Amino acid sequence: MFTATAYAQTNDPAATPEGDLEETIQEAIEVPASQPAESAFPPFDTSTYPSQLLWLAITFGLFYLFLQKVVLPRIGGILEVRRDRIAQDLDQAARMREESDAAVAAYEQDLAEARMKASAIANTARDKAKADADAEQRKAEAALEVRLTEAERRIASIKDAAMSDVGVIAEETAAAIVEEMIGAKVDKRTVSSAVAAAQ
Amino acid sequence: MADDPIYQFEINRLIPIEVGGLDFSFTNSSLFMVATVAAAGGFLYLTTMSRGLVPSRVQSVSELSYEFVASMLRDAAGTQGMRFFPLVFSLFMFVLVANLLGMVPYFFTVTSHIIVTFALALLVIGTVIFYGFYKHGLKFLGLFAPSGVPKALLPLVVSIEIISFLSRPISLSVRLFASMLAGHITLKVFAGFIVSLGSLGAIGVAGAILPLLMTIALTGLELLISFIQAYVFAILTCMYLNDAVHPNH
Repeated sequence: MFTATAYAQTNDPAATPEGDLEETIQEAIEVPASQPAESAFPPFDTSTYPSQLLWLAITFGLFYLFLQKVVLPRIGGILEVRRDRIAQDLDQAARMREESDAAVAAYEQDLAEARMKASAIANTARDKAKADADAEQRKAEAALEVRLTEAERRIASIKDAAMSDVGVIAEETAAAIVEEMIGAKVDKRTVSSAVAAAQ
Repeated sequence: MADDPIYQFEINRLIPIEVGGLDFSFTNSSLFMVATVAAAGGFLYLTTMSRGLVPSRVQSVSELSYEFVASMLRDAAGTQGMRFFPLVFSLFMFVLVANLLGMVPYFFTVTSHIIVTFALALLVIGTVIFYGFYKHGLKFLGLFAPSGVPKALLPLVVSIEIISFLSRPISLSVRLFASMLAGHITLKVFAGFIVSLGSLGAIGVAGAILPLLMTIALTGLELLISFIQAYVFAILTCMYLNDAVHPNH
């Protein structure tokens, strides 16, 4: 179709480049007649096909081989390495995270143990102090008890002594009183039995 | 000559070679095929040289293109289709770099020639047919007979499937070729307007601003199309290869 137009214009004498400047625009669109007939419309010029096909086969063939053997394995390798590396880094990050979690857990366990130990120490200290204080108190109480009973015993003996003294005094006093009243000596034994009866 | 929008597609012999009456000359087209391959291969090779674990900017461009094509192919043809990854990646990079190089002024656009795009499309379809029969034998023909179609409709469906299959290399190649050709012609025409109007004097120069803006906008559009066409070529390749890997749809 294009070929036909081109041939038609080539053979058309009206299209010869004699036009004025006004025709220049027109000429720009049309195929000028100055071209030789055999190269009418380049893309449909079959005489150039063998050369184009041959050089296309050579260049594209080499291009294909070069890409297939060199470039594509290389780019594929780069992408592969990157994917592996990213996966590896993610793994490592996960592992480190686990490690840090474990460290936190161990730290907290240590802390709890230390706390328990501290409270145990405090408890024993308190118990010991309490026991010491109790023992001291008991000792003091026992000592006081001893002294108390001794004192009570002394008081009782003093009282007994005093009471027996009271009987003697009462006998002497009673004998003196009776002697004064009756003017005669009274039997000592009678007086003491009378005092004992009065007590 | 410079005004001619078709001139940029002209093929010139640089080193004439003729074998058996056929012209195998090293032409400007061949030169730009070499340039395309050298630029694409060199970029991919040099940017990945350091194999950085943390990629530099240029290295990540190479890696992005790799992963872009890889995910495209995996989505379309599954993991079994990944055996064609070098092919799809080469096609994508070749078409993309050829399109982009063609955007440089005075550079030849390799993909603006139907024979080049058709050869690449035939390579794709040839791979599909060869691998399909190699892997699945005659079961590959099941591609043309979708399951669950009533017997009465089968001849019609099969003929439609065959026609659509045969039209694939044509649509695949013409799409790329036509976008490149049309884009470059349009650019050239609008750029030609600037020169033509500019030669008309002061008013012409003022008027030339419009085609200049148009040319700038079209350049951006063409850069986008360069990428989109390479992407479309690659993704259609992936979908056709899916037929070779999984012929029963």
